[in-house]
Amino acid sequence: MPVTNKKNIKKSNTIKLKFDTGWSYAPAPESKSSASFNKQYDLFINGEWVNPLSHKYFDTINPANEEKLAEVAEANAADVDRAVKAARNAYEKVWKKMPAKERAKYIFRIARMIQERAREFAIIESMDGGKPIRESRDFDIPTAANHFFYYAGWADKLEYAFPNRNSNSLGVAGQIIPWNFPMLMAAWKIAPALATGNTVVLKPAETTPLTAMKLAEVIRESGLPEGVVNIVSGGGATGAAIVNHPDINKIAFTGSTEVGKLIQRAVAGTNKKVTLELGGKAANIIFEDAPIDQAVEGVINGVYFNQGHVCCAGSRLYVQESVAKELIRKLRDRIETLIVGDPLDKNTDIGAINSRQQLDTIHKYLKIGKDEGYQMYESSCSLPAKGYWCRPTIFTDVAQSARIAQEEIFGPVLAILTFRTDDEVIQKANNTPYGLSAGVWTDKGSKIFNMTKRMRAGVIWANTFNKFDPTSPFGGYKESGYGREGGLHGLLPYVNLSN
Amino acid sequence: MEKEIKKSSLSVSENGIEKKTTQKRLEVLKTYKIYIGGQFPRTESGRYYVASSAAGKQLANVCLSSRKDFRDAVVAARNAFGGWSNRAAFNRGQILYRMAEMLEGRKAQFIEELIQQDTSRSKAEKEVNLAIDRLIYYSGWCDKFQQVFSAVNPVATSHFNFSVPEPTGVVSIIAPQQDGLIGLVSVIAPVIAGGNTCIVLASESKPLCSVTFAEVINSSDMPAGVVNILTGKPSELASWFVNHMDVNATIYCEKDSSVQKMMQDKAALNVKRIFFYDKINWNSDEGQSPYFIMDTQEIKTTWHPIEHIAGSGGGY
Repeated sequence: MPVTNKKNIKKSNTIKLKFDTGWSYAPAPESKSSASFNKQYDLFINGEWVNPLSHKYFDTINPANEEKLAEVAEANAADVDRAVKAARNAYEKVWKKMPAKERAKYIFRIARMIQERAREFAIIESMDGGKPIRESRDFDIPTAANHFFYYAGWADKLEYAFPNRNSNSLGVAGQIIPWNFPMLMAAWKIAPALATGNTVVLKPAETTPLTAMKLAEVIRESGLPEGVVNIVSGGGATGAAIVNHPDINKIAFTGSTEVGKLIQRAVAGTNKKVTLELGGKAANIIFEDAPIDQAVEGVINGVYFNQGHVCCAGSRLYVQESVAKELIRKLRDRIETLIVGDPLDKNTDIGAINSRQQLDTIHKYLKIGKDEGYQMYESSCSLPAKGYWCRPTIFTDVAQSARIAQEEIFGPVLAILTFRTDDEVIQKANNTPYGLSAGVWTDKGSKIFNMTKRMRAGVIWANTFNKFDPTSPFGGYKESGYGREGGLHGLLPYVNLSN
Repeated sequence: MEKEIKKSSLSVSENGIEKKTTQKRLEVLKTYKIYIGGQFPRTESGRYYVASSAAGKQLANVCLSSRKDFRDAVVAARNAFGGWSNRAAFNRGQILYRMAEMLEGRKAQFIEELIQQDTSRSKAEKEVNLAIDRLIYYSGWCDKFQQVFSAVNPVATSHFNFSVPEPTGVVSIIAPQQDGLIGLVSVIAPVIAGGNTCIVLASESKPLCSVTFAEVINSSDMPAGVVNILTGKPSELASWFVNHMDVNATIYCEKDSSVQKMMQDKAALNVKRIFFYDKINWNSDEGQSPYFIMDTQEIKTTWHPIEHIAGSGGGY
């Protein structure tokens, strides 16, 4: 056999990708012309737009340029009370009595109307929240429509969902949703509530109310009976008024663990049924036998999807030591290629940070990471002059005890840790008060099932990450909350079972 | 406490010849201890209370368990959780069945204890029989509820996606006060059938069966720490049962609304799951159901890609 000249052997995975070719993407902005919204929105109560009793309005801005988009009514406790009364009235007089198959058809109709107006919804979602149009167009809005479609079909089939039990609606559901997936979260909340025969008072997030207002328009056009869905915009005080209202039977909340705990305390001593979908600090584990290039893409999608404003983001990366060096280099190369900028540009990978407040939080954690002595790399990309932006960032050689490895940052920041053995990484991955999601990358099937079984989290992605579907239950273990949204299991939080 | 034996008993004289004697044999009394990590210690606090019948007859000195006993029990339960939850469901079923066998064999003792605690003989017999049958019922569920409550989810993307129940973890339980045996068995069985481990505070007024039931568990191949049983006062221990940071869920079986409110409030410390079984008649069929098992289960959803190589769309 000829002696191989070692100098000529170059494993392909050691070649550094060259990105400095001089090529760049031309701007490809989505036109705003097919989206329209009002300068001012009132509260959507009992099928009508009504002036807030608070007489107050607040601005919602475009985080990509800090320009005011519209002003939205701020509901106070009296406004919330009006909405609850409308929901109660609709529940007792109309919705509870309606044949299930007719209920279903209203929900189907809403799903269809969202599909018809998907482009408009996507543009407004990206303008109000800062997320790339590619994501709002291809993920948020279609998935929201699909969610209505999925649960619509359940309305007249509930007797098949709970073996040997009858399901009964609860009454009025108070629902509070976050700013990271505004339209999708509204769908996750409203669709199963309506399908199971409940009526709704929904509060969209303070910084992203516009698609909820557009959804109210769709609901009105759909002919859904008045008061079945009421949408009241506002901040924390509005949310508290919903949580504390005595005539609400069910609270569904998606947001931070901190606020989730406050809600759990606030409903103590009441009969309100509660579901909480709270924070996370997902471990994403890469073994040495994983397809590394696929894993790199999975890590990028896991933590930079939606600027990292994702409760299930894979923000804690565990890499087996033998491949850590290679993987970290590839990740550094890869974040250089991410396009940060105008959310409405179809080439944009990372849009604007949702708010000034959230940007400050992210900056605080970047400082903590550096102060604690961890190595920080960020993309060298330039950032727009106006708006809220954060470069994709990774920290390496992070300790298990580091605050950036323990606490939810909710931004495009990845903490990388290393491990040697399966048992070690399981212990490290599970060593967190959270338990929302996790990921594992390996080519070995039996290892996948070992890991997915032992990780204490509600959603586990094997050789993929951040995948969602209306049929797939979502929700956490431990301090990531309780109850499930999506799928068959997403019905239970909205019913009482009886013999 | 002492029970005198009325009948004269036999004794052996020094020369080995049996003779009738009028001397009464002193009965050996049972020390009612608590059950932590497969051991029967006394409470570390050294405190006790007297369990008595309605007529005021002293039945036993019972351990007045402390917060420290509870903390020790949580450690034992946490240590036992990994092994128990990873046992084959079939094997868990076998162990619950073994518990039923052991209980059947010691029926007389349980009936006797229930009678001492003011239950009529016919009711006591019924309660013990029901407790045995309830263990059999949950033994059978151990490897079935997962099938009934799982789902393969038809996602629109090219993934295999399924959802299965998994045990919540360590569960603290304040057992029903009224039904000393059937209440205790009815709250323990669904929790452990689902793979959780637990710490149970027995009925304060009717504690005898709980300690004897611990002996049944201890002789049923049940791994140490899966079930830990304390005796004591709910009024003293309830708040510790619900605010421990390494407890994942709490079950409370009484109607006291101020305790319920306190528990809901403290549960928020670590987003504990809380269940009030305060309207259940444990002596009826409503006292058993796989939905009790599901209360202390989490749903885990797993995504796995399906390869799309050579996707010609052709069949066979």
